[in-house]
Amino acid sequence: MLEAAGSKAESQSAPPGAAQGENSEFLAFTLGSEEYGIDILKVQEIRGYESVTRIVNAPEFIKGVINLRGIIVPIVDMRIRFKLGSPTYDQFTVVIILNINGRVTGIVVDSVSDVTTLSPQQIKPAPEMGSILSTDYLIGLGTLDDRMLILIDIDKLMTSSEMGLIETIVADI
Amino acid sequence: MTIDMSQFYQVFFDESDELLAEAERLLLELDIGDPSSEDLNAIFRAAHSIKGGAATFGMTDMTEITHVLENLLDRIRKNEMELKAEHVDVFLAAKDILKMQLDGHRSGSAVDQDAVNDIKLTLQKLAQEGGRAVTPPPVTLAVAAQVAETVAQEAEQALSTDATKQYRVQLPELPEKDVTALSEELALLGTVEALPAVGKCHVLKLSTEESLDNIVAICSFILDPDDLVITELEAATDSSGHTKAAASGKQQLLLEIPDVADKDMATLVSELELLGKVTLQPAAGNLQSLWLETEESRDSILAVSSFVVDADKLKISERGDAVTLAPAQAAPAKAKSLDEGDFGLFDSSEAKPASAAPQPEAKVQQGEPVENKRVAPRRESDKAVASQETTSIRVGIEKVDQLINLVGELVITQAMIEQRTSTLDPMLHERLLNSVGQLTRNTRDLQEAVMSIRMMPMDYVFSRFPRMVRDLAGKLGKKVEFVTNGAATELDKGLIERIVDPLTHLVRNSVDHGIESPEVRTAAGKNPIGRLSLSAGHMGGNIIIEVSDDGGGLNRERILNKAKSSGLSVSDNMPDSDVWQLIFAPGFSTAEQVTDVSGRGVGMDVVKRNITAMGGVVDIRSASGYGTTISISLPLTLAILDGMSVRVGDEVYILPLSFVMESLQPSADDVKDVTGQGRLVKVREDYLPLIPLYQMFGIEPLHREPENGILVVLQADGKKAALFVDELVGQQQVVVKNLESNYRKVAGISGATILGDGGVSLILDVANLLRSSRQLIAEPSIH
Repeated sequence: MLEAAGSKAESQSAPPGAAQGENSEFLAFTLGSEEYGIDILKVQEIRGYESVTRIVNAPEFIKGVINLRGIIVPIVDMRIRFKLGSPTYDQFTVVIILNINGRVTGIVVDSVSDVTTLSPQQIKPAPEMGSILSTDYLIGLGTLDDRMLILIDIDKLMTSSEMGLIETIVADI
Repeated sequence: MTIDMSQFYQVFFDESDELLAEAERLLLELDIGDPSSEDLNAIFRAAHSIKGGAATFGMTDMTEITHVLENLLDRIRKNEMELKAEHVDVFLAAKDILKMQLDGHRSGSAVDQDAVNDIKLTLQKLAQEGGRAVTPPPVTLAVAAQVAETVAQEAEQALSTDATKQYRVQLPELPEKDVTALSEELALLGTVEALPAVGKCHVLKLSTEESLDNIVAICSFILDPDDLVITELEAATDSSGHTKAAASGKQQLLLEIPDVADKDMATLVSELELLGKVTLQPAAGNLQSLWLETEESRDSILAVSSFVVDADKLKISERGDAVTLAPAQAAPAKAKSLDEGDFGLFDSSEAKPASAAPQPEAKVQQGEPVENKRVAPRRESDKAVASQETTSIRVGIEKVDQLINLVGELVITQAMIEQRTSTLDPMLHERLLNSVGQLTRNTRDLQEAVMSIRMMPMDYVFSRFPRMVRDLAGKLGKKVEFVTNGAATELDKGLIERIVDPLTHLVRNSVDHGIESPEVRTAAGKNPIGRLSLSAGHMGGNIIIEVSDDGGGLNRERILNKAKSSGLSVSDNMPDSDVWQLIFAPGFSTAEQVTDVSGRGVGMDVVKRNITAMGGVVDIRSASGYGTTISISLPLTLAILDGMSVRVGDEVYILPLSFVMESLQPSADDVKDVTGQGRLVKVREDYLPLIPLYQMFGIEPLHREPENGILVVLQADGKKAALFVDELVGQQQVVVKNLESNYRKVAGISGATILGDGGVSLILDVANLLRSSRQLIAEPSIH
């Protein structure tokens, strides 16, 4: 069911451009009590959490790898990485499979709520917000009625050295 | 209509590569004293095909070389010249030059023009020398001059009138492009002029100094020589070949058609064009006239025309032999005159049809079968060519890889189904289980078949060595007989390409260091001709490639001394096999002097590293005075490996079976602590370092004491160690998946695979484990 929702979201998101001045669509998910949004175009699908194979000597937030139809995909638990919410794993735990420049990664979040369309006017620049997530990795704050979405620049975040997912960047530091 | 030729470049490059390689192979195999004409022909054909291709693509530099080469080869194969060793050398050098030029065209790499000119001159010189011996000088000069293609056009023309003959070549019915291709081919022999076609048959006039046989040989690439009519013309024939054309059964007829509508005229012309070449003349009043050049009789023409015009009104007159002007020039001038009588040269048309009457039926009947006969052999040869072409296809490697990946998926899915159905009651689900069994078999077959696509014969690698050995031995003044075995053994393409460099190095080493000079060999009572053999074969799931020489063997003392002086830890009572492994240490060379061939000490370590990277193992056997054998053992493919699955705590890991020597459960007495840090285990007479996997990977294990778990004895890089795991799960073939495509490299892990239940299992990097264990545990002594 979740997968179907994901692919539906994907197909809906086909036309909107990420270009300035146009509305963009974001997938909203929650980590603890906060609501986050990521560019829907980076989302490949949404899955339930299944058992992972642990990777030796990997940081705690990298849960391990799964077999996604023959592709080995690393799974990152964002709750552990950003110390938000409780890292419990049950049938409601959600994994968002991201496809960023051909690299497939899964992120574990508490829940996925919906896909929202935001106009540029609704996206405000993000203020400096403590240490959890540097503003470098934020697009801004999205306001929608009384909701506030923290919009993550997932592209930048996942390729950053903080995630330790890509070797070259790790090696550079 | 222009065709974009660039799309065919790649095909030409590939083909030329193959042809050059083939030519080289044949040249190396040639028995100088008694060359087989078949081989010579094959070499000639290769040169010729390259020339044709190069000419088509306008690569004149290659055409020039191949042309000279071809001339020389042609004379040799016709026994006009004797084959000498120097010829073979020059031919090989020419092949290299051609290869260089080919690469130049392909990738824009630099072409050494001096070398090109050198080889051209050498070839010409050889052609002249050979020519003087056998053929009359003028012809040789002509050949050389033409060959060099430096002679100006006028000079060539002058030569051609002296030494050349003129031939009239009547071709069978051919598609236009074949005729064009053929004309271009023939143009390489001399000058070609197109003469008016006879019916549908094209006629060419060729002025050349080549023999008739050569012309036929060239033509035979395109058509059946039996269909070819070649007649020699007198050297001094004037440039108009029309008279000859007429004499050979073709007639030039003037048709005059009165009172005919333009539409009907058009129909008539199109009808007549079926019979031969039609040249329309300007209409004079209401009298239309046209020239028809045809082999057909007048009756046929009348029959055709009668559909359009009244046969009585049609006037057909024949053009006299005496006319030397081309009809196109003659007719317009004369057609101005309305008076038919002014022509004078032509007989009255009424009389002629009657005299020609007896012939027509025979002619028409004759015409048909001839046509059939011509068509039939063409089709056959087409078929032969087609079947030859379809024996192999070129496919992009990524397509094959995709196929292999998909089959890999299928194998996993199939294993999943098998696993899930295995719990079903065989009585209740008999039919389902049978089908699953069949699926299993089919999947295996499919997997094997798909894997075999990537397989290439070792010949691909071996074939480049005879030349190298020959050149090297010549340079070093050694005599080496080179033998290969098992060239048909197949190996994954990825591995084949990576094995080339290490093998090249080993072969070089053998020629340079292994095989002694003839004097030394004779003094040692050995055959002065050294023997170097390269063999490949299957052994278990591995390919064994051996480079073996009957030279002096490795010198144990010298290696040990060198090792000591380079600060390696060695002892005098090391076993031979360990001493030999020392030569793989970086910077190790025992060569007394550095030659440009080898001896700089870079290489053996690279060889070893490359082979290890491929999952292979290098082993050396050597006996002083009897030679050295270097044996490389490689897995069949990198995509699939035989694995042993082991469990530690909750995790299952895959060990590549090629590293696994044995597994055992030790008794508590056999495990010794060493200085409180690492542990050793006694396996028969050896003490091996113990690597506890749970410690290295930080896993909560089932057992902490080796005597409760299982030890797997692993060997990598010539080092042995015992890996301590909880239990062995089983043995299976696994498809290797790259962990780095979505993640990064993990120390101790070489990849991942998908298990039958859909879960992921990591494949252990044994060499890395053994190395890092040595850092983890204080360096234990190995023996």
